[in-house]
Amino acid sequence: MREAMARSETTVRSGIAAGAKPMIQLINVNKWFGALHVLRDVNLTVAERERVVVCGPSGSGKSTMIRCINRLESHQEGQIIVDGIELTDDLKNIDAIRREVGMVFQSFNLFPHLTILENCTLAPIWVRKMPKREAEALAMEYLTRVRIPEQAQKYPGQLSGGQQQRVAIARALCMRPKIMLFDEPTSALDPEMIKEVLDVMVELAESGMTMVVVTHEMGFARTVADRVVFMDRGEVVEVGPPGEFFANPKSERLKTFLSQILGH
Amino acid sequence: MPQDALAADPRYGRTAPRRGLTLSWRDPTMRSIVWQIVIIGLVGFAVWWLVANTMRNLEVRKIATGFGFLSREAGLPIGESMIPYSPADTYARALLVGVLNTLRVSLIGIVLATVLGTLIGIARLSHNWLLARLAGIYVELLRDLPLLLQLLFWYALMQGLPGPRQALNPFGSVFLSNRGIKFPWLVWEEAHTAALLALAAGIAGTVLLARRFTARQMATGQRPRLWPWGLALMVGLPAAVWAAMGAPFTIDAPELRGFNFRGGGTITPEFAALLLGLVLYTAAFIAEIVRAGILAVHTGQWEAAGALGLSRGEQLRLIILPQALRVIIPPMTSQYLNITKNSSLAVAIGYQDIVSIANTTLNQTGQAIEGIAIIMAVYLTISLSISVFMNWYNARIALKER
Repeated sequence: MREAMARSETTVRSGIAAGAKPMIQLINVNKWFGALHVLRDVNLTVAERERVVVCGPSGSGKSTMIRCINRLESHQEGQIIVDGIELTDDLKNIDAIRREVGMVFQSFNLFPHLTILENCTLAPIWVRKMPKREAEALAMEYLTRVRIPEQAQKYPGQLSGGQQQRVAIARALCMRPKIMLFDEPTSALDPEMIKEVLDVMVELAESGMTMVVVTHEMGFARTVADRVVFMDRGEVVEVGPPGEFFANPKSERLKTFLSQILGH
Repeated sequence: MPQDALAADPRYGRTAPRRGLTLSWRDPTMRSIVWQIVIIGLVGFAVWWLVANTMRNLEVRKIATGFGFLSREAGLPIGESMIPYSPADTYARALLVGVLNTLRVSLIGIVLATVLGTLIGIARLSHNWLLARLAGIYVELLRDLPLLLQLLFWYALMQGLPGPRQALNPFGSVFLSNRGIKFPWLVWEEAHTAALLALAAGIAGTVLLARRFTARQMATGQRPRLWPWGLALMVGLPAAVWAAMGAPFTIDAPELRGFNFRGGGTITPEFAALLLGLVLYTAAFIAEIVRAGILAVHTGQWEAAGALGLSRGEQLRLIILPQALRVIIPPMTSQYLNITKNSSLAVAIGYQDIVSIANTTLNQTGQAIEGIAIIMAVYLTISLSISVFMNWYNARIALKER
């Protein structure tokens, strides 16, 4: 991982061209779970090809925020605009956005009754109306990219956690999304499997994918992210490029958080 | 260690050593062998004792055994029958009428209970507060009261209806009275049978076409619209056949003549009460099975399918149902068997099913053992048929997963 990250340090960190097209805009977003105010006036813009890492203590609203971007959760106030389409209750808009936004979950959520190949071809066949043979060729291409083409005929239950998560990434990529969302992709993995998943994510970042990643992997944030977002109690507390973010945290809350996760 | 180095290692490829059997009570294998011999011995003794005892008693009382009575004249009247029957027919035919009555109420009950139970199960998961509560109350109420009580209740309700002369007339020529439900019915002709056959062919054709379309979608990505073809095959074809055969259409409406109705179709109060009781009672259990099946699928599966852009219907059909059915089918089989066996409670409200008729036969002929044997054979045959079919279906939809 160190090597991959060192490489990406030079090639990836090219920065975002000024005036790049915004892919995701959250404007004054508020959300409540019952009486609990889980997102408070969240403002965030992610540009095309930008890589944003979101961190914060558990319960800070970072997963909720990322799940709002493809409407797995609905927000109650403010605007969320993805690829020029505003998320409303209109099912047509939601479907249109979900086609362009891939998502990787903490618990993989592969379909246990389908083979690895079928997991990957399902959406291209039914949503993109792609012929099966074409979808299979596409799936094999992405399975090769995540380095598990030989597992194509197996079922998810036969794979290790790290392999399952790489399949989940390939499955999302088969829709050729413009944006990839990662919701704590390595939190459910054993330490030796975290590396294989992060390697795949670093490669994906190098290919220019727009990415929003919720993670506790600060090494990944440091080397791959263009910007790091710190959330606490439903608010975006601090945003900045990783160098500044880690070296000169401004708020007390971020200082405490960093000392807690980097301190040991 | 690399794979080939492992293979070269002489410690690999060895088989587990064979363990000898010791003649000790502390040896688990020995113990299990002894227990099995003891149990087989006990069962064998019990069977011998029962058979020998029965034979001796029958001999002492001079009761003839055998199924010769089946070909004798039954002389017992039967209220409703799916085949022509008169008391002058044999016991064998009377029993056949009973079997058909049992099958009729069981099969119709299974279909209706499945439909109602599935709807209530889904309703209980609904986000609509009122709908979910009503479904919950239904389930708790219906499954907590004994079935026999419910059957007696429905039968009492049917008996409480006014006589034919004051029959309730909710609409058209439909009459509710204590003689049952009377409704207008077609005068059946060959054209109707032909139309029914055409409908069956149309359904089969639509299923085949759906498969062809899926194959075409897999090949080209484009899926032709199914519903115009389905409509043509399932409605157009039967209608065309019926029209080609002269489009006969005569309605036979029930009319009050003297003290009862004549003509039209009839549902007897006994059949209605039994069917209603069985369906409403079993639907409560099926609702819980369906609900559990859907809940057994992790919400992450809905989310992952949704995040990929699948529509709500596709999520249900392609992802949730295949996983839920695996949980639903085995307990569903038990409920189907329950409906069939519970239909024997018909005896309490006078619906003449196999138990009721075999009981009368047994009383009239004194052939108790044969009578009970026939009842057991009938239920065993029906139950095993249902089990075999459901197990076949279960195996067909079973998920591999690993």
